[in-house]
Amino acid sequence: MKFPKKLRYTREHEWVLVEGNQATVGVTDFAQHELGEVVFVELPKVGDPVTKDEPFGVVESVKAASDVYAPVSGEVTEANDDLVSTPELINDDPYGDAWLIRVEMSDQSELEHLMSAQEYKEYVEEEGEAEESDEEEDDDDEDIDEDEDEE
Amino acid sequence: MKPDDAHGRSLDEPALFERGSSGRRGYTLPPLSAPERGVESLPAELCREDLPDFPELSEMEVLRHFLRLSQWNFSAATNFYPLGSCTMKYNPVLNERMARLGGFADLHPLTPPGAAQGALELMAELERLLAELSGMDAVSLQPAAGAHGELAGMKMIRAHHLDHGNPRRKVLIPRSAHGTNPASSALCGYQVVAVESNDRGMIDPAAVARLTDGETAAIMVTNPNTLGLFEKDIVRIAAAVHEKGGLVYLDGANMNALLGVAKPGHMGADVLQFNLHKTFSTPHGGGGPGAGPIAVRQRLADYLPVPRVVRAGGGYALSEEYAKSIGRVRAFYGNFGMLVRAYAYLLSLGGDGLRRATQMAILNANYVRKRLEDVLEIAYAEPCLHECVFSDSKLQPLGVKTLDLAKRLLDYGFYAPTIYFPLIVSGAIMIEPTESETRETLDEFIAAVRAIVAEAKEAPERVKSAPHTTRVSRLDEVRAARQPRLRWKP
Amino acid sequence: MRYIPHTEADVAAMLGVLGRGSIDELIAHVPEELRSRATLEVPDGLGEADVAARLTELAAKNRVGSSLLCFAGAGAYPHFIPSVVDHVILRSEFATAYTPYQPEVSQGTLQATFEFQTLVASLLGLEVANASLYDGSTATAEAVLMSKRLAPKAARVLVARSLPPQYREVVRTYLEGLAGLECEEIPFGADGRIDRAALERRLSPAPAAVVVGYPNVFGVVEDLGALAETARGAGSLLVTATAEAMALGLLRPPGALGADIAVGEGQSFGIPLSFGGPYLGLFATRERLVRGMPGRLVGETVDEHGRRGYVLTLATREQHIRRERATSNICTNQGLCALAATVFLALAGRGGLREIADRNARKARYALGRLRERLGAEAVFSAPFFNEFAVRLPDARRRHERAVERGVLAGVPLGDWFAELEDALLVCATEVHSAADVDRLAEALAA
Repeated sequence: MKFPKKLRYTREHEWVLVEGNQATVGVTDFAQHELGEVVFVELPKVGDPVTKDEPFGVVESVKAASDVYAPVSGEVTEANDDLVSTPELINDDPYGDAWLIRVEMSDQSELEHLMSAQEYKEYVEEEGEAEESDEEEDDDDEDIDEDEDEE
Repeated sequence: MKPDDAHGRSLDEPALFERGSSGRRGYTLPPLSAPERGVESLPAELCREDLPDFPELSEMEVLRHFLRLSQWNFSAATNFYPLGSCTMKYNPVLNERMARLGGFADLHPLTPPGAAQGALELMAELERLLAELSGMDAVSLQPAAGAHGELAGMKMIRAHHLDHGNPRRKVLIPRSAHGTNPASSALCGYQVVAVESNDRGMIDPAAVARLTDGETAAIMVTNPNTLGLFEKDIVRIAAAVHEKGGLVYLDGANMNALLGVAKPGHMGADVLQFNLHKTFSTPHGGGGPGAGPIAVRQRLADYLPVPRVVRAGGGYALSEEYAKSIGRVRAFYGNFGMLVRAYAYLLSLGGDGLRRATQMAILNANYVRKRLEDVLEIAYAEPCLHECVFSDSKLQPLGVKTLDLAKRLLDYGFYAPTIYFPLIVSGAIMIEPTESETRETLDEFIAAVRAIVAEAKEAPERVKSAPHTTRVSRLDEVRAARQPRLRWKP
Repeated sequence: MRYIPHTEADVAAMLGVLGRGSIDELIAHVPEELRSRATLEVPDGLGEADVAARLTELAAKNRVGSSLLCFAGAGAYPHFIPSVVDHVILRSEFATAYTPYQPEVSQGTLQATFEFQTLVASLLGLEVANASLYDGSTATAEAVLMSKRLAPKAARVLVARSLPPQYREVVRTYLEGLAGLECEEIPFGADGRIDRAALERRLSPAPAAVVVGYPNVFGVVEDLGALAETARGAGSLLVTATAEAMALGLLRPPGALGADIAVGEGQSFGIPLSFGGPYLGLFATRERLVRGMPGRLVGETVDEHGRRGYVLTLATREQHIRRERATSNICTNQGLCALAATVFLALAGRGGLREIADRNARKARYALGRLRERLGAEAVFSAPFFNEFAVRLPDARRRHERAVERGVLAGVPLGDWFAELEDALLVCATEVHSAADVDRLAEALAA
């Protein structure tokens, strides 16, 4: 499982890439793994407001529907329409092509509450233990605490 | 078709729309009489040009098509169907005949009561029996299904609170509950508050008391719960909610475990729905029609849906004279055809038979549980009633999932138990044998489960790729959801 | 008891395995205060012949067939049911299966449901239909709830007063308690169609939906194309409810005329009157709205060997996954009734269904003509109707009662639902009524 260092993370398993005042938001490798094969993604429209910790979209597998929560507040400047026709991108490339939305942030200080890659990795491991993970063990999928061929 | 396309239980059968030939018919109208000829129809501009995709088939082609399809189904009559929580008991053949009697089947719902006394008497009798079995005071047979009964019941609870000045905002629902409970509450405008089960798989009265306040409209509680366990503290749970002015909705989905054992009316229930297709053996029909009558205590009787069956003169009538009623929940008076079947079942069993049915359902579930407890992990140690729930914790180390066990059982000719429900059990396997099954059948089923667990150790791939003997193998559900094809297209 | 196989030897052996001495020990954990009061005051069970005798006696107390010749419609219609329909739905493989959770051994139910969805979508002229809802009235209520989800800011829904009255009442029941959606009624005009001027006055701010009967409660066929344009112009959805689905064999399909959601009651397709149920709720909509749709859906896919097969799909809309945020609380559908309709429609087929529907329209016109000749009765409304019509007769209610005594259910008195129509009956005639039956109707209503 991958935890790119240059991203910030939420407890709800979203990631954020900050560039200037723009935040790109997606769901983490852990989240896509938990969800299984993604079959449908619902995203807000450009111009819609999003509020930190409020749901802004939905990612669905065959047997589950998960809300996606905004890590920061602001206005949607771009939504990744490719996901509508090819939701499987979320499974294939959660940190790359499968970004969900870009947000013009209204309050940069909200970023302070987000986790670093290391913190998120520990959080996920703790959560996994606490829930006694009913996932099948995919030991071939190594935890990598590295930037992996990010663009 | 090549001979080796023949597979599993039957030959291939194309969609209706791929059969037939232009001009064929499976239905013949009688000729018009002389005076009727020349009468107009609707103006052409209001009429459609065609019925696109409709088939053109002879009568026998239609019959053969559907009989072939029927052979691809497992069913409770042809196979042991231990689907937990669904109570797939025997559906007596007699009841099918009874529901088809002309006096019932051909009766128009707007027939004046004077000409429908038999139907109304049957309904009144069934209401009385359901009240007696549940220890409640009044019954409406109108809801069309269990979830529809929940909706009607929660609407009544809301009407009651509104009448007392505040509809209230919240409904307490255990996490182990059926999804219909929160969905029905939400349909009545309520916010759902989840109640955790304790480590014995039950609800804690103290936890309920903590969560209950003046804005709590009700608790929805299933008893026995979805783990098949009797909520021992149900009386105290009900009292905790009543103390704050809340009401108790008892989900009667598992009433088949209670006949002659305990009555919801004594547990503190204010409203309860029956699932006639479970407890009273009306056939499940591949997913309906069911029937979900509701029973209430006297203080809620005024809110029951209208019309209601009432005594009038020496007979029966339908009355809408209930100002506080929540109104209609469906167009007419209930799934009457299912009511006929349930009534016939009640007459056949009688009080002694109903008690016996519950006892044998409990015996069967305990027997299966006992004989599988060394190969599957029992989810909760408490004694069970009519169904037993296992987790996947003994399967996991073998690299086999609950789903794989379920699919492999199909190869043995058994339908699968309910799986992955209740949600609070990891990889839940929920088995409800019902009283209809013989000890020999249970032994065969037990042997099959044991064989599959053994196979999972020795040849897990065979289990993981099951089923192998069915008409189709595992189906691609991801593809179905990503590129939905919801109707036939040329 | 013939339905319970356990002999005393079985019970003893099974208790032995459990290490228990009696059945009572298995329920000893149920509190004594409950167990001790659980006695059932219910007579002992009966043999099969006695049960049949009792039910037959009750059935005989209902007047049906030639004892009470039925010309009543108003949401439930007397139609001929071909023998093949009942033969198929009696098959235990269909009747005693349940929800196709295991698609590999439920392909019969699944393929038939897929065929049902195809037929319903075609009839209603829309892209997708679900696997059915309880009945036409709850399908209408679900359509209203769906329209609100699509227009969360809308505060009203406009419902034609000429919708079947039971449907209006069920919509009201469903909406009660849901914050922010008021139901307003739109009157009908002298022709029996919705009062367009009244409708246009109520379109601002935009309601979530405009709901009309097609045909409406008077059997009258609305000018749907124009209504769709009006609704669309206001930014509202048009919802149509068809209580008499047989009409769809003849009428232009609501979807093609601009309806966004079309619902109906499918009882006419091979399902007996059965005193009001079980019936069959039809529900169809546009493909782009499918994720907001209530109810179960079957989709086509392939198995591991590439063979065509069917599964339940798009289930994330449903209560077992989305719980309080599901699109509906419905758990199953009306499976066996949907199967009956599928068999019926397959028998009637492309040419037959239209012919049956056409026969209905002609029979109703013949009946109206005979009532006019024999009684001087006149149609209340001027707009075209399908197979039922409102007819004005002095002393209508008394005549209706007398007709029942004479063995004819001469429609339904409209005064029960519309005070201004106290002198009118709603009469339905279908393919089952012969010219002689219609003569009986006219004679029974004669003063």
